[in-house]
Amino acid sequence: MSDLQARLTKSFPTSPESAAFALDVEFTASPGVTVLFGASGAGKTLTLDCISGFIRPDSGRLLLDDRILYDASARVHIPPRDRRCGYVFQNYALFPHMTLRENLAFAAEGRPRLDRHRFVNDMLERFHITEFAARYPYEVSGGQKQRCSIARTLVAGPKLLLLDEPARGLDTALREDLYAILRDLRAEYRIPILLVTHDLEECFATGDQLLIYLNGKIAQAGEPRKVLDRPANAEIAGILGYCNIFEAEILALDPTRNTSRLRAFGQELTGTYYPGRFLGDRLQLCAQTSSVRVRSQSGPNRIPAKLLRTSERTLTIRAEFSPNLIVDLTRAAYDQHRDDKTWFLEIPPESLKAC
Amino acid sequence: MQIDWFPFWLSLRVASIATLLSLAAGLALAYLFANVEFRGKSLLDALVTLPLVLPPTVLGYYLLVSLGRVSPIGKLYEVLFGGPLVFTWQAAVIASTVHAIPLLIRSIRAALSSVEHSYERAARSLGASEWRVFWRISVPLVRRQVVAATVLAFARSLGDFGATLMLAGDIPHRTQTVSIAIYDAVEGGHTLTARLLVLAVSGLTIAIVYLSNRLEHRRGTV
Repeated sequence: MSDLQARLTKSFPTSPESAAFALDVEFTASPGVTVLFGASGAGKTLTLDCISGFIRPDSGRLLLDDRILYDASARVHIPPRDRRCGYVFQNYALFPHMTLRENLAFAAEGRPRLDRHRFVNDMLERFHITEFAARYPYEVSGGQKQRCSIARTLVAGPKLLLLDEPARGLDTALREDLYAILRDLRAEYRIPILLVTHDLEECFATGDQLLIYLNGKIAQAGEPRKVLDRPANAEIAGILGYCNIFEAEILALDPTRNTSRLRAFGQELTGTYYPGRFLGDRLQLCAQTSSVRVRSQSGPNRIPAKLLRTSERTLTIRAEFSPNLIVDLTRAAYDQHRDDKTWFLEIPPESLKAC
Repeated sequence: MQIDWFPFWLSLRVASIATLLSLAAGLALAYLFANVEFRGKSLLDALVTLPLVLPPTVLGYYLLVSLGRVSPIGKLYEVLFGGPLVFTWQAAVIASTVHAIPLLIRSIRAALSSVEHSYERAARSLGASEWRVFWRISVPLVRRQVVAATVLAFARSLGDFGATLMLAGDIPHRTQTVSIAIYDAVEGGHTLTARLLVLAVSGLTIAIVYLSNRLEHRRGTV
């Protein structure tokens, strides 16, 4: 079993091209997929660069498999070539002057001479690129390049795998292939896999652990499902795609029945029990756009609302209301209610999450 | 009238050897500049650029002083090879090499700095040493630019006059290179010899520049 323990800080002063930035993160990654999720410029790729040794942090400590890769206080900074951190780059970084086979063979040079050929062949086979092994990177498709890039990384026998936005530029079918590959890798190689993304779906398709990056810090960490259920604050809820964030007052709390009475939008609502909150507290609630139902008549947990505007999505129609609520509707539901003067938006109690 | 082609062939030989030497030195220094931190790095950087900006006679004078029969290097050469270095065709090689080095170094360094970092990073993360990264990734990726620069360096070696004259002199059938022979021919009124040598050098140079341009233009496709 190998673990990655990382504590890193790195700051950049203001420069003509960018504002000042400071990275300050601490986390442990166990075998399995740890997803680094956040907006561009939050420090995700910088974290990978520090772990792989391309960028030297200002302070902190990096332990992989109980081996020190970096320790500021002991002045240890192992060079990238000795870290055994497999890095799959955003642009794949396949050597353009080598065929796919030669790319893999380059990575195999650290292995015993007799082993190399067989090992490279096995990897080509495993990632379904044997057919294209004699071609150069510019002669193969994006998906093939990506598989080759992952295969090449594995040939070198990494103790840790770093993937920088591997799904970027891939179409939906290739993304699913990639997720399948990642699931296979997770099962077969018992090493930590760090995956950088700003695609929420990817976090859930692949992740065992989710680290939410916000301005150079880890704002929240945990299992993806749990993080989604309990965003630590309104900003994180926003990052996680909650569009409906609003304030409510607690009127009653009942831990035994796991319910609460709330007032929001001038209306009484039923919610779940919110641990650590008290009667009379004001709290931020969030609800996903797809969890809100639309009705024609009033009733419990239904908020009367006026439709402001709509916009098309692939499978749904996004409707914006006053008071400030956003709902993703099926086309059928929209057609059924489109002529209503007043819509009634029902938020089920379990969908009202504190943040 | 008998035309003496010796200077032309001597120049070809001198320029070929000088080009190979300056290519080796250019790559070695480019590697040094890219990968090794040492004191006086910027001084060495300025020093290798000097031959590009100094007047050739001044460069030749410096070489003459530092490689002459009373200098330590000149004495060492005499002990090792049993004869003086200056005023031999080997001295012409050295003059041409020094003359061509800055051009190669500058081109190679410029080319290397254009290599996308992720290739070199990928190679390092795969466990490759800096030496392997340089020879297997960086240099192959810029090989066209290196070849094009080498071709130009060859042309520059071929055309050296001042430094060669200072260090190797003008000894017919021993150190008289084509540039010097043309000058002598014009001075001595041997118009036909001068014309033929000029034509030969021009033809060769045009071929070289054409070749170099073709290589440069194909640099887009790796």
